[in-house]
Amino acid sequence: MTQFAVRDTKAPSGFFANLPAPVLPLFLLQPLLRRVVRRIARENPGMFNRLGPHRSATYLIDPTNMPFRLLLRPDPENLMLRAVSRRSAPAFDAKIAGKFLDLLRLMDADEDGDALFFSRELEVTGNTEAVVCLRNALDDVDGSIAERVAGMFGAPGRASLSALRRAGDRAHEKSKDSL
Amino acid sequence: MKNAPELVCPAGTPAAMRTAVEAGADAVYCGFQNATNARNFPGLNFTPDEMEASVAGAHAAGTKVLLAVNTYPPAGKFDLWKDAVDLGARLGINAFIVADIGVADYIARTYPDIRLHLSVQAAASSPEAIRYYCREFGVKRVVLPRILTVPEIKQIKTEIPCEIETFIFGNHGLMVEGRCSLTNYVTGLSTNMDGVCSPAAEVQYLRDDDGSTTTKLAEFTIDCFSCTDTAGYPTICKGRYRAPHRDDSYYAFEEPISLNLSALLPDLIAAGVDAFKIEGRQRSRAYVRKVVAAFRTAVDDVMADRPPMLADLLALTEGHKQTEGAFKTKTWR
Amino acid sequence: MDAKLTLGPILFHWSVDVKRDFYARIADEAPVDTVYLGEVICSKRAPFFDPYIEEAAERLTRGGKKVVISSLAEVMLKRERKSAADLAEIETHEVEVNNSAELFHISGKPHRIGQYFNTYNAETMRYLAGRGATHFSLPAELPRDSVAQMVEAGAALGTPVEVQVFGRASLALSARCYHARAHKRHKDNCQFVCEQDPDGMKLTTVSGQEFLAINGIQTLSHTFVSLLAELDDMKSMGVSHYRLVPHSQDMVAVATIFREALDNKIATQEAESRLCALGFPAEFSNGFWHGVAGHLRMTGTSAA
Repeated sequence: MTQFAVRDTKAPSGFFANLPAPVLPLFLLQPLLRRVVRRIARENPGMFNRLGPHRSATYLIDPTNMPFRLLLRPDPENLMLRAVSRRSAPAFDAKIAGKFLDLLRLMDADEDGDALFFSRELEVTGNTEAVVCLRNALDDVDGSIAERVAGMFGAPGRASLSALRRAGDRAHEKSKDSL
Repeated sequence: MKNAPELVCPAGTPAAMRTAVEAGADAVYCGFQNATNARNFPGLNFTPDEMEASVAGAHAAGTKVLLAVNTYPPAGKFDLWKDAVDLGARLGINAFIVADIGVADYIARTYPDIRLHLSVQAAASSPEAIRYYCREFGVKRVVLPRILTVPEIKQIKTEIPCEIETFIFGNHGLMVEGRCSLTNYVTGLSTNMDGVCSPAAEVQYLRDDDGSTTTKLAEFTIDCFSCTDTAGYPTICKGRYRAPHRDDSYYAFEEPISLNLSALLPDLIAAGVDAFKIEGRQRSRAYVRKVVAAFRTAVDDVMADRPPMLADLLALTEGHKQTEGAFKTKTWR
Repeated sequence: MDAKLTLGPILFHWSVDVKRDFYARIADEAPVDTVYLGEVICSKRAPFFDPYIEEAAERLTRGGKKVVISSLAEVMLKRERKSAADLAEIETHEVEVNNSAELFHISGKPHRIGQYFNTYNAETMRYLAGRGATHFSLPAELPRDSVAQMVEAGAALGTPVEVQVFGRASLALSARCYHARAHKRHKDNCQFVCEQDPDGMKLTTVSGQEFLAINGIQTLSHTFVSLLAELDDMKSMGVSHYRLVPHSQDMVAVATIFREALDNKIATQEAESRLCALGFPAEFSNGFWHGVAGHLRMTGTSAA
């Protein structure tokens, strides 16, 4: 079984620190991810229309500074979001890679994903149209998905999200300065 | 005292429309999920049901809804445009934004009471061209191409019988709109007929061994970015190419850059501009909220004779660069 | 139906002498029925050849050609607006309209609609024909099936339809001069650097692919459109006018090949090999006609 430390060296303490243990086996993460994706799907049935044919696509979401990657198939009939080990090489239609905080900001309606993209902090490979569709579908979800996910973990989750956002802003400012 | 110009804001999705309305848009513009509008991008735009609910929502907040039906129907597909117009009329939209003469004629005959706006896609850049559309179809407002200086806009205003809308922020369109087949040349999908510009399905980002990124549209390389460059979406007119007499690869048409006319707002109002348009139906809600809110405040400040305080919009611009383009100086040409 | 061959306006900045010689030779030797004169792309170039247009028109008329004067595709500046107004007063020749500013002046009088005016459907044709349009030259990107429907509409309206069958395809117009930009100049001080490139300036991608051709404010295809293999189909659907876009190679030879192909005097294959032998600086394409990427060359049902 693959085990990994969930605490990102650069991430603030909080949300992840509050997970059951500093070291979390993938199999414990899976039910959590399933809950998250089912909840988002249930609350936003309209978003799947925007994906068109790409709802059956497999997206590999790669937070490059985390020890795992995520596989997403946003098909309401056949929903999947699961973590995979970095050592596995799953088949995918489109891949979005970037630092965890940047990926969070892309998903987070408080941030402009295009701006992030223009700054080259994200890397898209494979079917670009599928990625654009996913982005547009997520963008049509009212409120912040990140906030809702954080909300599922109560007050500690929300506190962690705002800490993450602050860290993200700082990292972003820093990278702008270094240009 | 001048009338305050209308702030016309992009809505690519229902959520974006709600966001624009909340952020202070006087009007929003949007389109259906098909070739009838010039932002026919994957995952974007409105189903008929979404449009119905969104129009109702915007109207409840006192915001006008302008429907873009601004592409050119190729012979054999005209009914799709007719249907979009009929549906828009039934849902109570406040104006149609059109470019094609056949579509304009259909609207003028069928729905004479609904306002017609001439799209930038019609490329009407002279008083005579604008007056032609006013005379023939009763056009009430022209969206000017992004190629005119402020004094030229002022001059045009004195010679035409309709309102003027100018772009103030967003993508900096270089080619005369409605006259560009570059995407069709490369991909087989047409900007005019399909509402498509550099379709994502044909876009590829290739990471090279040295860490640089090559962007391709179908089989053509549009640009190559070193690790330190900021990347652009591979739009043909924002790519880098080589010419026989030059050693370097260069932006043959334009750099990835965004239009930002925030500093020219007082001049544009003085020139008689009736509406300010923010580009970006393909952009995120976060973009819509930030840009609309910033320009809402700026326009209100100018109207109240306060110096406009402008939030830094640079991060939202393409390539993190901004320009006043042709509006400021003719040397842009 | 009698298939007419036409020679479109010269798009590039050729010197006065070159243009005079060109039209003299066309007048005497080229089997074309109609010749379009006048500067379409850049109003700064117009003063050079304008004084010789009448002379060229007379020469071409003596050679049995019909002469049509084409209007500017872009009208923005004072001199361009004046030119649009003046053109509408011409009585000696038909005028081809490439911009709605021209239409403003000429609507109500008989006129032709040019390639640079967006006529994409029968509804637009009907509207314009109702106000004096007598002839439609269609945008280069229109696919076959749309053209077929417009030819049908044209037959009902009594307005012939013209399609470009040879030469680089116009892909875009801009207010900015890309020739000047390539030489680090502005449009206002361009010093007519576009004169260096009689068929446009070649633009290649950073990976070395030949891609586009720059002609001042105009961007054209690198490939040369050739619809030799499509002529039979076009004739059977009723296309009446076939446009050649002038290039610096032997246009009399090009016209002769297309004339013979239209008259079924030579087979497509022979026509194509003779065209190839004239030495154009690019591949041929017909993608737009087949509704695929414009740069492609389709043979039968597949890209070659």
